[in-house]
Amino acid sequence: MTGSAVFASWGNRLRIAHPVLRPATRDGAAAMVAGGPPGGLLAHGNGRSYGDVALNPGGALIAMRRLDRFIAFDPETGLLTCEAGVTLAEILAVLARPAADGSGWLLPVMPGTRFVTVGGAIANDVHGKNAHREGSFGRHVEAIELARSDAGRLVCTRTENAGLFAATLGGLGLTGLILSATLRLRRVAGLALETEDIRFDTLADFFRLDAESADGWEYTAAWVDCLARGPRLGRGLYSRARHAAGVAAPPPARAPRFSVPVTPPVSAVNGASLSAFNALYLRRLGSRRSRRAVRPYGPVLFPLDALGRWNRLYGPKGFFQFQAVVPPQAAEAATAELFAAIAASGQGSMLVVLKRFGAIASEGLLSFPMPGTSLALDFPDRGASTRALLARLEAIVMAAGGRLYPAKDETMARASFEAGYPAHAAFRAHIDPAFSSAFARRVGLLGDTVR
Amino acid sequence: MSAGPSRVALFGATSDIAVAYGRRCAEAGARLVLVGRDPAGLVASADDLRVRGAAAVEILHADFADLAGLPAVAEAAWAAFGGLDLALVAYGALPDQATLEADPAALAETLELNFVSPAVLADRLAARFEAARAGTIAVITSVAGDRGRRSNYGYGAAKGGCQRFLEGLRHRLAAAGVTVLDIRPGFVATKMTAHLPRGGPLWATPDRVAADIARAVARRKAVLYTPWFWGFIMMIVRALPRPLFHRTRF
Repeated sequence: MTGSAVFASWGNRLRIAHPVLRPATRDGAAAMVAGGPPGGLLAHGNGRSYGDVALNPGGALIAMRRLDRFIAFDPETGLLTCEAGVTLAEILAVLARPAADGSGWLLPVMPGTRFVTVGGAIANDVHGKNAHREGSFGRHVEAIELARSDAGRLVCTRTENAGLFAATLGGLGLTGLILSATLRLRRVAGLALETEDIRFDTLADFFRLDAESADGWEYTAAWVDCLARGPRLGRGLYSRARHAAGVAAPPPARAPRFSVPVTPPVSAVNGASLSAFNALYLRRLGSRRSRRAVRPYGPVLFPLDALGRWNRLYGPKGFFQFQAVVPPQAAEAATAELFAAIAASGQGSMLVVLKRFGAIASEGLLSFPMPGTSLALDFPDRGASTRALLARLEAIVMAAGGRLYPAKDETMARASFEAGYPAHAAFRAHIDPAFSSAFARRVGLLGDTVR
Repeated sequence: MSAGPSRVALFGATSDIAVAYGRRCAEAGARLVLVGRDPAGLVASADDLRVRGAAAVEILHADFADLAGLPAVAEAAWAAFGGLDLALVAYGALPDQATLEADPAALAETLELNFVSPAVLADRLAARFEAARAGTIAVITSVAGDRGRRSNYGYGAAKGGCQRFLEGLRHRLAAAGVTVLDIRPGFVATKMTAHLPRGGPLWATPDRVAADIARAVARRKAVLYTPWFWGFIMMIVRALPRPLFHRTRF
């Protein structure tokens, strides 16, 4: 089944027509890879990558959403095997149903949206608000079934094809086609979360709050008012949560109840709306310094999933997302420098996630999470000034010894990629010769010519 | 869905609408018998439904084009769990109308698979449901059956024949308290329509159609247009005066 379709990046800046293959079975998908059609191949999941990692101009895309079957689940061990096109939302809806005592199975790592596929979660080795406790998604993957153009179907684990397994975690889909995977779900004593939001005034307060929360709280992240300058620089809200034993919570919906139906002619995110949003968001707690609650995990962990197609709010020009991590020793200074640069540019971001990663190493050769502090931001595309800001932020991160996140990126320089991911040379040996992506060509993982 | 049917047979179980509906039943804890001709696809679907919560899943191989074999298929499906609460007949084929005009054998095949076969199967099942005095026989027909049109009257006639057959079956089974549901989808993004240009507001997902079917079963509806707006569209198409109708090309 072939055809052609336009695929857009989630940032909506790139809209590219690709030849597309739509396998309905794993056998069919493996045959497509073995057939090695001319031009490179690349899997495309649920289209939530912000930049160009899931696009492949000049080559073809393999649309993976039809491979959406569960294969096996063992309620004794929590081991789940499913096809690569199953979304995390579907796993939660089917398997994270509370038992009578409120306990239940849960994905050990959940990124900021549940509308991503298992294949995409592995290929980008995604992380969640509990990264400091559970590490990245790949740590909970036990096995990957991979179709290679040069070696057929392989099962990759930590002991079998271990090199290819490590390359495939965070491997940006370049090591072959992920057909299915086995994940280890986690049993929690209560699916609901006990949450606490705390207002803070300075970045130093954030780092202090975060240090004292590390042991007792599983999910932590902060929002920062990036329009604030001078003495107010670094004010924001710190959110922390942990499972509430004995309290049940239903799985979040399979699809958002409300969606943005069309792209407005201009960005709805602009100076005025951003000032209003930031002022309101900061006052969410009213006059209180902090607020506690017990809530279902859906709205806590997936706030953006409440509104379908929210990316359209940025208008036809789309937006850039920026996410980077800087190592612990440089974290406080570099984070302050990043916020100062943003404030100076006058280009604020509505979405701001400041989060500390823990010491748990990611296994993937190109995995993004590493010990340090991560900052994620959205910027409407205003042309040259936005690119200049992104370049400035990239320079600060690289000077601090950090790295940028490929799943969010559209602009990083080849030198920044190579400095941030020193295992890139070792990774090249695992790239499937029939695969390619716009990102891989841009950062020099592949030659500039279509392969 | 908690009060949904607990013993379900899906005929044409690997069709996209049957898969989507089967998943809903499985998540409500139903027992399912999957009937079809693609062994690997049936096994994959059975595994999927078990993980989703199906209390039991049985597989039954059948070629629906083999009319003589249909009574045995109906009996085996009925026997799998000692009776059924719901049978969904979901197989069919949508060939290109031009092919049917050029090839009489293909036309006969289309009429057989889309009309004769489901009619015979539904009739065999009807005897069982009638004796049990409960349950639902649901058959996927099509909005194409509502009026013969140049672009697909071979397929449309078969589906229209099915609609009429189900109407009669419903009349017969009413006294026994058995529901006969005629499901008339519009454009659905499935394997069957993969060759058509897609997109636009008229196209629905199999999951949307499955949700509508679940609701119609619960409400014991007789005829379901899915999505709902097809009821209005087909009302207009049926009402178009012939001189006007003949000037359209759809």
